[in-house]
Amino acid sequence: MYELEYQRPGSVAAALAAADADSAFLAGGMTLLPTLKMRLSRRSRLIDLSALDDLQGVRVTPSALIIGAMTAHVEVQDSAEVRRALPALAKLAGGIGDPLVRNRGTIGGSLANNDPAADYPAAVLGLGATVETNKREISAEQFFTGMFSTALDTGELITRVSFPLPRRAAYLKFRNPASRYAVVGVMVADTAQGIRVAVTGAGPCVFRVPSFEEALSRRFSADALRGLRVPSDGLNGDMHGSAAYRASLIGVIARRAVAMAAS
Amino acid sequence: MNLTLACEVNGAAVGGEVDARTLLVDFLRGQLRLTGTHVGCDTSQCGACVVHVNGRAVKSCTMLAVQAAGARVTTIEGLAPAGGLHPMQAAFRAEHALQCGFCTPGMIMTAVALLARNPDPSEAEVRAGLEGNLCRCTGYHNIVKAVLSAARQMRGGDHVHV
Repeated sequence: MYELEYQRPGSVAAALAAADADSAFLAGGMTLLPTLKMRLSRRSRLIDLSALDDLQGVRVTPSALIIGAMTAHVEVQDSAEVRRALPALAKLAGGIGDPLVRNRGTIGGSLANNDPAADYPAAVLGLGATVETNKREISAEQFFTGMFSTALDTGELITRVSFPLPRRAAYLKFRNPASRYAVVGVMVADTAQGIRVAVTGAGPCVFRVPSFEEALSRRFSADALRGLRVPSDGLNGDMHGSAAYRASLIGVIARRAVAMAAS
Repeated sequence: MNLTLACEVNGAAVGGEVDARTLLVDFLRGQLRLTGTHVGCDTSQCGACVVHVNGRAVKSCTMLAVQAAGARVTTIEGLAPAGGLHPMQAAFRAEHALQCGFCTPGMIMTAVALLARNPDPSEAEVRAGLEGNLCRCTGYHNIVKAVLSAARQMRGGDHVHV
């Protein structure tokens, strides 16, 4: 790791004041620290967010589940409130990485990183969540802008994520057995905004599948997706699977997710 | 950038000056000479470096030492009083749950945290709970047996929980 400065501010205001173009906010550090260790990245200063109690915790309102940005995956996985209000999200959080990663990694860190194979982006886009920052609210559609890139400005800090409660939802992934990242992961949700289908792992960035959503709007059943295919153009092809394989897998995983949500 | 670090390790208050980029595992091994915690892969994948921070199992190679300021850290050395064995350590010995032994400290620390969350896990839950720990000897079978055996012993109340 290159030499760097470290601060652990006690308020959001102090964290924002410490940020500049070369600094990084340190949440769980499950991606940031390995990249710094490998010298794949260099930062002049890390601003540790772990003392910011305002960014912690889970709250359920009649219409939404609100999760603080620094809430660890294990807390979402174990939360009785999340399991009751949005069980698909508790299950998703319980499938991220391994227990050691879930003990440190956070929802805000995962979203800010926007790894193309991460799980939380599928939840945020699939459930039509809103990402709240220190200065604005960003819709899921606008938040994810490309591979490892988001609509966040330099020094902008995610404070919490608000998930509107769906009528029913399910998340399923075909995971890489070594990394546990999604080769393909699909969130299917029946929401007040309509049926939403979001796919992670398959492309450079999480995306929705309008043809699946239309078919499921007519009939929310796995059979409704039979015969529908996602074109492989632009999908990821790597040692774990070709683009055509991933395209095929999207259909398979989506049908299974619909069956889980419908049951 | 040097910072002053004060935390609790294995029940004792420790302090010292550390470079901000020092990893927790390097602080434990290099400065405190607690070399029971191992560095296996250094790429955050293998879990040989697992310790408990405020009761949670974490990879100490993927955490800065300064992030442990004010925290309670337990390493494999602190699991049982000197000369004694934690029930998990005893079970690993009884079930021959190690071959080369390099992954063992991390396996045991993860397994103890696993039972704290779930005192009566199924075999599948043990295997899932150990997903972040790699044994390059591939000796998983006896490791899982040892964790299940320790779980039985610890539920039985014959041993003191740590």
